[in-house]
Amino acid sequence: MEYMQREKISYRKAIYRALDRVLGSDEKVVFMGEDISEYGGAFGVSADLYRRYPSRVISTPISEGSVAGAAVGLSMTGYRVIVEIMFMDFITLAMDQIINHAANIHYMYGGQVSCPIVIRAPAGGYRGYGPSHSKTLEGLFLGIPGLKIVAPSTVQDAWGALISAIYDNNPVLFIEHKLLYNMEGEIDLDYKIGPIGRARIAREGADVTVVSHSYGTHLSMRAAQELSAQGIEAEVIDLVSLKPLDIGAVAASVEKTGRLVTVEEGDLSGGVGAEVVSRVVEDCLPYIDGRIVRVGKPDVPIPASIMAESRVLPGVDDIVDAAKRTLSWE
Amino acid sequence: MPIDTLDRFEVKYLRIIDENGTADPSVMPPLPDALLKNIFEKIVLARTFNQRAMSLQREGRIGTYASFYGQEAAQVGSALAIAEGDWVFPSFRESGVLIALGYPMRRLYSYWAGDERGMQAPPGLNVFPMSVPVGTQAPHGMGAAWAMKYRKEKKASITYFGDGGSSRGDFHEALNLAGVFKVPAIFFCQNNQWAISMPRQRQTAAKTIAQKAIGYGIEGMAVDGNDAVAVYKATTDALDRAKRGEGPTLIEAFTYRLDDHTTSDEASRYRPKEEVEAWRVKEPLIRLRLFMEKKGLWTREYEEGVGKAALDAVDREIEAYEGMAAPEPSDMFRYTYDELTARQKRELKEFGWER
Repeated sequence: MEYMQREKISYRKAIYRALDRVLGSDEKVVFMGEDISEYGGAFGVSADLYRRYPSRVISTPISEGSVAGAAVGLSMTGYRVIVEIMFMDFITLAMDQIINHAANIHYMYGGQVSCPIVIRAPAGGYRGYGPSHSKTLEGLFLGIPGLKIVAPSTVQDAWGALISAIYDNNPVLFIEHKLLYNMEGEIDLDYKIGPIGRARIAREGADVTVVSHSYGTHLSMRAAQELSAQGIEAEVIDLVSLKPLDIGAVAASVEKTGRLVTVEEGDLSGGVGAEVVSRVVEDCLPYIDGRIVRVGKPDVPIPASIMAESRVLPGVDDIVDAAKRTLSWE
Repeated sequence: MPIDTLDRFEVKYLRIIDENGTADPSVMPPLPDALLKNIFEKIVLARTFNQRAMSLQREGRIGTYASFYGQEAAQVGSALAIAEGDWVFPSFRESGVLIALGYPMRRLYSYWAGDERGMQAPPGLNVFPMSVPVGTQAPHGMGAAWAMKYRKEKKASITYFGDGGSSRGDFHEALNLAGVFKVPAIFFCQNNQWAISMPRQRQTAAKTIAQKAIGYGIEGMAVDGNDAVAVYKATTDALDRAKRGEGPTLIEAFTYRLDDHTTSDEASRYRPKEEVEAWRVKEPLIRLRLFMEKKGLWTREYEEGVGKAALDAVDREIEAYEGMAAPEPSDMFRYTYDELTARQKRELKEFGWER
């Protein structure tokens, strides 16, 4: 299908178009998942792809583990496989295949075979879906060698990073936040994100560095606006890729601002912020000139009550407060 | 060398009351009139609860809801076979099972409104929280039955799931373990023909789900899931066998989901209207009514009375649910672990939620 070179489309549509482009140009790409054909995908991403590529867009039985296992078998024998996990929470059912097989095989077979699999996982809360349908689990995967993780926040990066992920020869976990699907933005089809692993400076500022990814980037940008109105200029860094982590971009910013806030929706314990802060402390301690604050979810499951949920998941106010706290040692 | 046949298998199917309300005397168990009336009344009650839940969802008074309309015979028929002390592992579609067991409807409504306290079963009712993930409860049901066996109790567990759940590894692993360890576990599949948008034929190439029992060396049985009496008999027999130490049973109840998957679904996008209409005339209340009328147990006045009593009961429960005090936000922290961690204590303080 021909698309306009530059256009304003939704994040959902950008992912659809990336899938369409790859499926349409490469017979060796297969897309599998639950209810991705007639139903159109739980979040409507796959839409009519099953009609256009009937043999390569496959609705599977409800078997995340064995679907991930089948993807390993397909990818080892020459296919690039995209697996849609209906909600990121359900990725736990496929952990064995992802961690012990997909991420290990290239190493275990001495580089003879690889597993080019993209696992697309709609993550995140703020929708009242309760403890088993709202999680943001990237923290669980940060320590898995062999695996890459991307979590784009913009329409352009969603398009670019998905194509890069599909053509990466390693398994890639591709995180899509549910609240981003309807967000619109400009897309340029010639844009190439290049190899996975580079952060993006979303906003420049001299007073405090705010590091986030996925939906958290948008919360951080809104917080930066409020801070600016109070005379504090935040530099917002969108990590885009969580593994590899572009700590150089973060370090360069912290050396300028001397202050750091990390923002994530997942658990603070063992989370992305924990990793970013550890590395910044290791790398730039002499430059740090204020308290380092992590914003994220406290150690509780995600409640189904939307009022309780909005209280425990990070919000703009939490980021504004955090940024102010970095400005003093009190 | 000739090819030997090592074994032969068959898949049994039980139907007692047909769609015209005629019972087959060769398989009809001697059921007391009071039990038949109880089945009828519980089906009406469950259906009333279900209808009101659908309305409450549309009015924004509860959250997303999974209707069991059309599956009442499978749910009520099996639930009334469960004895005190047996353990029940429901999936999210089993509100009707819980209602037949006497689970307070106000708690079900509060659960569907997002209040986790709604799944705290009252004392004496051994019901686990509904499993929203598909099929993950099957190993739990197996494990609970194992515990009963260790304790030499004359009890059993019953795990509910759907045709979609039968594709899950958890289901297969649970059946396998249950067979190996010969535990008193019943696996009750409500094959309602659709797992969200996927028809049964695309869930498995096997002709039935009941026959999967054969591969694990356990009893398997198919039953007309819209025939409440057949479901009651099959479940009672399976529970009796389990309690005699004769091992687990897989029951497949053929039924049909007359409503959408949940209130977030629109099944007309993927499901032919003719199919739904063909099943609508087979729904469980029609044949039970005709059967009971022939036995002199049903009159129009009787059903009107049952319907009104059900509506009154459900209305009272809705009022009670809506009058419940909101949960303490600190409960989220309190119930994460058996005790509060130091970190959580600090977080409670930061949130201003200490008590």
